[in-house]
Order: sequence, then structure tokens, then C-alpha cells
Amino acid sequence: MIKEVFSANIKYMQIMDEKGNVDAPLFPKELSDQKLLEMLKLMMLTRNVDAKAVSLQRQGRSATYAPSLGEEAVNIGTAMALRKDDIFVPAFRQHGVYIARSLPIHLFYLYWMGFEEGNVMPPEVRGFPMAVPVSTQMPHAAGIAFAQKYKKTGNAVVAYVGDGGTSEGDFYEAINFAGVWKAPLVVIIQNNGWAISVPRSKQSAAQTLAQKAIAAGILGIQVDGNDPVAVYKATSEALANSPNGPTVIECLTYRMGMHTTSDEPSKYRNEGDVEAWKLKDPILRLKLHLANKGLWNEKIEEEVSNEQKELIDKEVEIAESFKPDPRSIFQHVYSFMPDVLKGELEESEANGFWEGE
Amino acid sequence: MNMQVNMVSAINNALELSMKENDDVVLLGEDIGRDGGVFRVTEGLIDKFGEDRVIDTPLAESGIIGTSIGMALAGLHPIPEIQFAGFMFLSFSQIVNHAARYRTRSRSSFKVPMTVRTPVSGGVRTLEHHSESPEALYSHIGGLIVVEPSNPYDAKGLMIKASRMDDPVIFLEPTKLYRLTKQDIPEEAYEIPIGKANVIKSGNDLTIITYGTMVHTVKNVVEKKKVDAEIIDLRTINPIDEQTILASAKKTGRVIIVHEAPLSYGVGAEVSARIAEKAMFELKAPILRVASNSLPYPFPGYERFYIPNEKKIAMHIDKIMSA
Ligand SMILES: Cc1ncc(C[n+]2csc(CCOP(=O)(O)OP(=O)(O)O)c2C)c(N)n1
Ligand SMILES: [Mg+2]
Repeated sequence: MIKEVFSANIKYMQIMDEKGNVDAPLFPKELSDQKLLEMLKLMMLTRNVDAKAVSLQRQGRSATYAPSLGEEAVNIGTAMALRKDDIFVPAFRQHGVYIARSLPIHLFYLYWMGFEEGNVMPPEVRGFPMAVPVSTQMPHAAGIAFAQKYKKTGNAVVAYVGDGGTSEGDFYEAINFAGVWKAPLVVIIQNNGWAISVPRSKQSAAQTLAQKAIAAGILGIQVDGNDPVAVYKATSEALANSPNGPTVIECLTYRMGMHTTSDEPSKYRNEGDVEAWKLKDPILRLKLHLANKGLWNEKIEEEVSNEQKELIDKEVEIAESFKPDPRSIFQHVYSFMPDVLKGELEESEANGFWEGE
Repeated sequence: MNMQVNMVSAINNALELSMKENDDVVLLGEDIGRDGGVFRVTEGLIDKFGEDRVIDTPLAESGIIGTSIGMALAGLHPIPEIQFAGFMFLSFSQIVNHAARYRTRSRSSFKVPMTVRTPVSGGVRTLEHHSESPEALYSHIGGLIVVEPSNPYDAKGLMIKASRMDDPVIFLEPTKLYRLTKQDIPEEAYEIPIGKANVIKSGNDLTIITYGTMVHTVKNVVEKKKVDAEIIDLRTINPIDEQTILASAKKTGRVIIVHEAPLSYGVGAEVSARIAEKAMFELKAPILRVASNSLPYPFPGYERFYIPNEKKIAMHIDKIMSA
């Protein structure tokens, strides 16, 4: 005997196309014009903060930086879908999520300038520090989601991972645990086509990354990751459904810039591909949409841009005024100061090992 | 014939020679193909040897090391690259539970000839997890060979040697030294023996035992202070060259061990214990260790407060000389 015991499919969703036209029946009603304007401004702010970070690095005023150029819709679309107390667990390219969650921007810069103090976030941000080791944050997210269920908070957890990150064991383990526990977890795969120089096609023989959800017995969907409306809708629905268990949302976007400021993309990719993706820009399509409605024009754009740049300059100033205290690297390693460590600290201070550095 | 090269080119050249010498040598890792590796150590090798021998893998360290072990068990000699030592912890189980034990578990009927390359140590202002110095962790695991060259000549010779061996070798490449200096080295293949330290300067008043990034800092201090120090570059961390260490300790009677890895439970503790056990009565002063503090490697804004600097080493030299 032979019979089919299981079958599945993965759907793809786009609501706002490259020209800013919307698929009306799919359009979420709660997204008012006001909300769309907020969405656009947040994406612009993310892009402006990002451009400044690159320029700071180029001037030697900050350490290595990972730009998010072109990927703003994934971050802002998901972040705007979060309910007030929902929690996010980022990888390292979710700058827009921090911004949408009102992380003071000087803290963002402080992190990238190379200071742990940038991770001291106001609790309302309801997010965690960036995780540099790829995908290692994913099991944490499943555990955080378990804790929400255990404590009956009603909150959900949104976790982010790159296309490359879905190849790590931690990714599979996380969605598998979350599936078994029916934990309130939404996994956002920020598929930007590249893991440094390795294209998506070399990460997995699977046709979509969303289908990895199927093996974990949870929901999976693929969306146009440069369509902030589709990203928003898929995330909202997954959050609403999170008491029933996890969802994986694969967002198809594109890394328009370099992997980090240490990377040289021309070594491994065709600049023509980047040009083609410029037409699919998430900010461009939302601007077109709002302009068609008479809600956006060059004058407004200039005003908003100038306002944002002023804010950014102030925030950079605050970040650059930070004075590191070498003692802080000793003071937070344990909940107490072991004698041995105290001895090492005193030796450093007494002998002035830090002076003249 | 000789060539003037930095450490990146020296290792690249050693890999090329090893691949020419032995068809079973394959390279695998993240971004090692078209991109030539994030530090360009494998630059150009995909063009010379093709995608079957220079493999861009999916992003998964346990997968890279686990499949390398399988390749090695099946007769290949893989040389996997882990992009940064901080990410090698994702493959720790494969290294500790299998690479290190296959030989003894099977009483040498199976073996794992594999050379795991990874950049280590800091001083280059990079992100969290990109500056680890994990040599003591791997040296604690019986069955693993751990080497860490401090110059292009040693890097090439150790890589050639490792690629001809039947053991798993953890090959640690200090990021800061990749392009620091150029050296005149032979174009053809040559070996640096495993387990043999290098006395890079002989002296009579004290012995400074070091390796990796600190070799250069120590050399600078010794030059400036004009002390008659003997400097030993360990090159192989495990198995340790006890003979060279003890001979020098007995000769000078004063020993300082310097490394960038944290102080507690570090290589310095091992070296110091061996000298204390076997040459104690020939010492004129207590052994000293100079290392980073016993802390996680900090974010780049703080690394200048963390890595041992020349001042710290100089003060320890003064201290031991006045004892
Ligand atoms: C465990 C681990 N391995 C390797 C790296 C080095 N590295 C940093 S980002 C990256 C690629 C990540 O690709 P992806 O998950 O697609 O995220 P993206 O960078 O595209 O946002 C690599 C290999 C790392 N940070 N962590
Ligand atoms: Mg990616």
C-alpha cells in the first residue's frame, strides 16, 4: 500500500506593488493614511540613521557597521504590527525595529561605536541586544515565548534571522521547540538574498525558506519584503494567531549595500542586480502611493528629511560625548565582584596600566 | 627562491602548495570561494582548484566541522575555515566529542586528518565575538594539536606540516598579524615541526615566553628597555615544548609569560606550573604572568584597556629584575 500522508504549500503575499498600487481586498483596514505616513517616516528615519552610521565609520568615528539599506520595510512593517508589550529578539540588521520601538538613537550609535552601554535600553523598547553569532538568538526567542505562555502575559515574541541564519542548527531547534510548545513566537526571516558573499541559492536546496516551518509543524508564509503593507499584515495576523502557536514569515528583500563596512560586494556580485532592485525600493513605493493620494510631495519630503537629519546630528553628538570608564569592563561580569577580579582591577588602577592609552 | 610576503599570502601559498601536493586536500567554509575569505586568505584558490575543492558552505559551523570530520574519516584532508574563532564555539561539540577522540576511541583504526583554520585575538577594533583567544580551551582537550604562528615564515611552515599530518590541528591565525609585517620566505614547501618552540632572541637575564600577537609587543618592549632577555615564541601551544621552556628557565632564572588571552586558567598557568614543578630551585624570582584580565573580551571601545600593553609588560620586567 502507498498513500499520501501529508502535503503542504507555501503562499506568497504582496499588497502594495512597486508603483504604489494596492490590492484593495487584501489591504488591512487599520492602516489609515496617518499610519501609512508614520510608516514612511520611520522607514526614512531608519535609512537616514543608517547612512549616518556608514559615514561615521568611514570617518573613523565608529567601528564596523552593518547597513540595512533597502531592508527597511521588513523592520518597520513588522515593528508597527507589534502590540505595545510584544517583545522582539533581533539579529544584527534590524535597525528599524529599534527605531520604531523608540530606542534613543544615541544608544544605537553608542553600540556601533563599540560600547556595551549602547545596550542599556529603556524597558519600553521591549527588545534585546543584537546577537552577532548568527542564529544563536533563535532558541532564546523560543524560550522567551515559552515564558510568556508560562506567565500568561498574553504577549508574543518576534524574532529575526537572516537567510544565512536559517542554515544554522539553532534555527531549526528554535522553531522545533516553539512548535512543540505552541509558543507565541513569530519568526521573521529577513531574506536579503545574501549571507556576505554567499547567495541564497547556496544556503539551501529548498525552494523557499518559509517551507522550513512545515517540517516543524508550524505555519509558514512568504511575503514581498519590500512591501511594508504585506509585511505588516502577515505579522499582525501571525501575532493574532500566536496563542495557537508559531509562524514563520519569510520576507523577500535585498541587501542594497555592503554586508558590513569591511565588505567589498563587487568581488562577488553583479551591480546590475542591485540596479534592478532599486526599482522595488520599499520607501519609493510608499512615497508613490501617498503622493497619488495627495499626501506626499517634495516639500513635505524636504521638511521631514531636514527634521530627521537634525535629530540624528544631535543624537550623534550625545553618543560621541560618552566617556568610557575602564572599570566598567570589570563591574558587570558577575552579580558580585570576585576577590580575584577585584585584585586584577586594583592592580590595573594602582599601576596606571590604562594611562597614556 | 624567496618571496616577500605577509601572513595572509604565506598561508595562501601554503594552502596552494598543499592542494597541489595532495588531491585529497579540500577547503571549505563561509565566503572562502569567490570572496576569497573575509581576510582574503583563500583568495584566488577557487580559480586555481575549482568549486569542488574550494567550497562555499551554508552558514553553519557545526556543519562545517562535522562534514569535515566525515571527509577526513573517508580519506580526504579537509582544511575548514571558521570565519572567526568566536563562531567556532558553534562547532565545539564536533571538535571535542569527535575530532579529538576518533583516534583513541578506535585505537588508531580511524583517524581525523583535518586542519581547522580560524582568525583569533583582537586589537583591530571589531565587533563582539571577533577577537577571542581560545587557545587554552582547545589545548585542554587531549587529541587536538593547537598551533599559533606569529609571523609569515612560521605560518607557512606550520600549515604545510599540518596538511601532511594525520591529526586534527587547530590552526589559530592572529588577525592583527595578518598584514602587520612582510618577511622573506622560501617559495617552495617547507615544514615547521609541531611541538617545537622558537627561541627568537637569546639572552641571559630573564626569559619571556609568549606567542601570537604578544610576540611583537614583547619584542618592542625588550628592544626599548635594552634588557638581556631571552624571548621564546611557543608556536605550538599543545603539545607544549617543555624542553625549550625548562632549559631557558634554568639558564636565566627569571620567567615572565605573556599572552593576550585572559589570565585565569590560561596558557601562562600551564607553563608556569611546569616550570614550578621542574625548575623551581633554579629560579631567582617568582614566575610572573602578563595577560588580559579575567574577563570576556570587551566591545572595541574598551579593548585598549583590556589587551596587555607595553607599559604593563615593562613594569613586570622591572619587577622581576628587582626581585
Ligand atoms: C555563527 C556565526 N558565523 C559566522 C558569522 C560571520 N557572519 C556575520 S554575518 C554573516 C552572514 C549572515 O547572513 P544572513 O543570516 O543572511 O544575515 P545578513 O547579514 O544578510 O543580514 C556571517 C557569515 C557570525 N556572525 N556568526
Ligand atoms: Mg542575508
